[in-house]
Amino acid sequence: MSGILASMIDGLLIGSVYGLAAMGLSLIWGVMDVINLTHGAMIALGMFGMYLLFGASAANPYLLLIPVIAAGLVLGMIVYWLSVSWVIDRPQLMSLLSTFAVNMMVIGIGTAIWSTSPYNVNFSLPGITVGAYTFTGNHIAAAISAVVIALLLELFLYRTRAGKAIRAVADNRDAAELMGISSTQVLMVAFAIGIALAAASGALVSTLFPFTILSGASYQLKSFVVTVLAGLGKPFGALVAGVLLGLLEGAVSPFIAVSWIPLIEFGLFVVVLILFPRGIFGRATA
Amino acid sequence: MMLRRPLFWLILLLAAVFAWLPKHGNNVALREDLILVAVAIILTSNLNLMIGYTGYVNFGHIVFYGLGGYVGLYLMTVRSWHLIPAALTAGVAVSVLALLFGLGILRLRGAYFALATIGVLEAVQAFVSNFESWGRSTGMYVSFESYVPMGGPKHALWLTYFLIIGVMALSLMLSLGIRRSKFGLGLFAIREDEDAAIVLGVNATLYKAIIYSVSAFLPAVAGALMFFKNGMIDPSIAFEYMLSLEGIVMLMLGGQGTVAGSALGAGLYERLRSYLLTSPRLSAFHLVIAGALLLLVIRLAPGGLIGWLYRLVPRSREVIE
Amino acid sequence: MKRTSLIAFLLSLFFVAGGFAQTITLGFTVSRTGSLNVDSLEQYRGFELWRDTVNAAGGIKAGGKSYKVQFASYDDESNSKRVQQLYTRMILEDKADFLFSPYSSSLTATASIVTEQYEKIMLTTGAAEEKTYKLGNQHLYQMFAPATQYLTVALDALKAKDPKATVAFVYEDASFSVAVVTPAKAYAQQLGFNVVFTEAYAPNTTDFSAIIDKVIASKATVLLGGGHYADGSTLARQLYGHKVPLKMISLLVAPDSPQWAELGDAAVGVIVPSQWEPQSTFKAQYGPSGADFGKAYTAKYNAPPSYESAGGYASGLVLQHAIEQAGGIDTDKVAGALNSTDITTFYGRTKFSTVASEHGLQVGHAIVLAQWQKDKAGKLVKQVIWPLAGKSADLVYPIH
Repeated sequence: MSGILASMIDGLLIGSVYGLAAMGLSLIWGVMDVINLTHGAMIALGMFGMYLLFGASAANPYLLLIPVIAAGLVLGMIVYWLSVSWVIDRPQLMSLLSTFAVNMMVIGIGTAIWSTSPYNVNFSLPGITVGAYTFTGNHIAAAISAVVIALLLELFLYRTRAGKAIRAVADNRDAAELMGISSTQVLMVAFAIGIALAAASGALVSTLFPFTILSGASYQLKSFVVTVLAGLGKPFGALVAGVLLGLLEGAVSPFIAVSWIPLIEFGLFVVVLILFPRGIFGRATA
Repeated sequence: MMLRRPLFWLILLLAAVFAWLPKHGNNVALREDLILVAVAIILTSNLNLMIGYTGYVNFGHIVFYGLGGYVGLYLMTVRSWHLIPAALTAGVAVSVLALLFGLGILRLRGAYFALATIGVLEAVQAFVSNFESWGRSTGMYVSFESYVPMGGPKHALWLTYFLIIGVMALSLMLSLGIRRSKFGLGLFAIREDEDAAIVLGVNATLYKAIIYSVSAFLPAVAGALMFFKNGMIDPSIAFEYMLSLEGIVMLMLGGQGTVAGSALGAGLYERLRSYLLTSPRLSAFHLVIAGALLLLVIRLAPGGLIGWLYRLVPRSREVIE
Repeated sequence: MKRTSLIAFLLSLFFVAGGFAQTITLGFTVSRTGSLNVDSLEQYRGFELWRDTVNAAGGIKAGGKSYKVQFASYDDESNSKRVQQLYTRMILEDKADFLFSPYSSSLTATASIVTEQYEKIMLTTGAAEEKTYKLGNQHLYQMFAPATQYLTVALDALKAKDPKATVAFVYEDASFSVAVVTPAKAYAQQLGFNVVFTEAYAPNTTDFSAIIDKVIASKATVLLGGGHYADGSTLARQLYGHKVPLKMISLLVAPDSPQWAELGDAAVGVIVPSQWEPQSTFKAQYGPSGADFGKAYTAKYNAPPSYESAGGYASGLVLQHAIEQAGGIDTDKVAGALNSTDITTFYGRTKFSTVASEHGLQVGHAIVLAQWQKDKAGKLVKQVIWPLAGKSADLVYPIH
């Protein structure tokens, strides 16, 4: 098996986790026009949530995703109340700053509790070996989990009343209000789901790599890149864009030093922002 | 014109006090504290030109400081330039680069621009981390011999200090000068309503690119000076994202859009940060405190301390700009 | 609490008896938070144990006086930004008489600008890179064997075992590891090894899969490199997870920490170039024996000492020795004593270069190699495998 193919499969697997992380950011951004700067901190809390639950129960980490997501929903409502509810109709600078402030507080508390030392979730599934290359079981399971969660979200948004209400508010909040949808409640639910997705992606990452309380920041940056590539407010698009970003990483890394990859990614990010501010794929969403 | 504005004299007074206090009695510990305050003021007041005056959030402002440090240190260590021309050249080079970047990313509005600035910061950091001539991730070191023409490290550090105080005064003067100029009024118009400003004949794209470039100059000079003082530079300290974000906190705390606010916020925040760092019980909580402070400010006093003062004493608007 | 009150009691006793106990203040920063905190805290524990031991024995005795040791130390957050502010503060406000370095070569370089300015002696530990000592400093004294030695020793061991090995260098792009790998690569070629792959990774890397795929494609049989704890432990874990067919893995710094055993099977066989190992049997002319140090350390911290801890303790010892030789705490006299120091402690030999162009560079100390092996009970232990004269076990090669 050739190195490039192996590298691309690795990229595909990790890319779906990037995609899951970005879905939360994209959902919140699309529905309420808030760039959620607590995203990275929430991913980090997802990592530590998994670490604590796994340490306490030693249960299968993929089952533990359920309590992590539930905790993420509750946390999301708290963060919404703390930092977003009162800035919804104010200039975007305000929501950037208020979510950033909460981010600092979460990171600060996390640093006080866990320091910034690396932690691990010591769990490993048997991998699949093809020739000289082995794909770890954790990567495969994480990718599958990410896709399943993404599909569940898609079902929720398109098949349930609450999901349809979220989409209606995202499309046009005033019109949705006229139709009798209480937009405050919908915004809170959408925000909570966004945070739960971030926490879930963090929990999956914790089964792959060591993490510190600061690790969320790099996934937040990746989420920005993915969200911009996908276009705002299209959570499933974010998953696809995440996978593509992973594939891109996998495809170029055999040919250049890995340390150049961030330059390619962020260069691409800026160029795409300038040329296609509404995302590469897709229709405009306000 | 400038001479009749009280703040002009206050800035001179501030610079004089900063320069005199540590020199009098040779208090180097005070100097080390004040130099960090001065750098915070430089970064914040220049950031204010973008956020406060023009209404564009720049999350990656620190990139100017870091690049200035790199260009300056490169000229000093590899090309053996003297500190002052190296720092000035760094300022000019970074400003030109900012103008080019600005013409591109300033086509974006609002949050998209804010995101693009993060992209620029990360991309520049990634580039420098791989750039052979600048020592990749390892960075560059200042040889002790570079201090010899300045009379040894002791004098070199004092010289750097006075230069930083000068740059601080210039930064505040710059903000003050722009504030009441025709150019400044154009920026305020963009901040209030960019489309209306364009209709009124403000060349918004050019104005924004110019202010972006201007806001890069003095931070780049300061970067060259500070990393010379630091003795080494590497990408992780040159492009510290956190520092960029702290700049925004300082600005909001003091009062965005005002000259005095940027200085006040920077001074208070930096002293608080230094105090928390050396206090064994609280050092773990500096981020929590800074975050809570920011949240309170935007919730209760979105105009920051100066905005609060304006509400309390409306006439202070005339004096404290 | 109990311990400190006991020490306080002993001290007060001494105070009454001796009458003129004085204090000396040692200043340094510790990376309590940030990427260096694992290694830096271990170094700090070495300082701390030395201080407590000295104070319990009544302090440093020199020139007819006794000096009780106290610390002035702050958190540098693994970031050089505040290092100068803090070292200035320690020198001027806390009136530090002598200084220890922060952990890592880059933080030390930044701190040395200030310490040199005040002509304060700074013993550097956890700062192996040579460059810092060649910038013209006159008051730095390096406790670690210089960076060049780390992997050249590993290559010597490899040469003895398998001269036909193909070598990959995968290392952190940071001052220290670059300073280690650059000469090691040249040395590998000089020894006739085929170097098939070289890549530096960013210091905060957590996902090594792309690099690992390239290592596999290069068909390397030996991997040398690493950097510090966080990246090194991750790299080892992922090499194991991807089942890379390597016969030898030698990583810098990380595997020396007792925490390394937490990696389980991924830890097995990994080699670390080390400044000191508990099995080392140097005949100490001065200070405790290695066994006594290890015992005291384990009793206090519930973990075996790493070489950072040993380096920290030894810095204290060497300074103590110099103060005793100088008969006081006058900087010039102590510097003179340090310049002529040539002693063997539990940590090994210590001698500083007095050549002007590389003043303070360590020339007495040497690197040993240690390997994680499973003992008969299946427990992970670290064995000294090189130099052969001081080995506690044979090199296991290939690993699996």
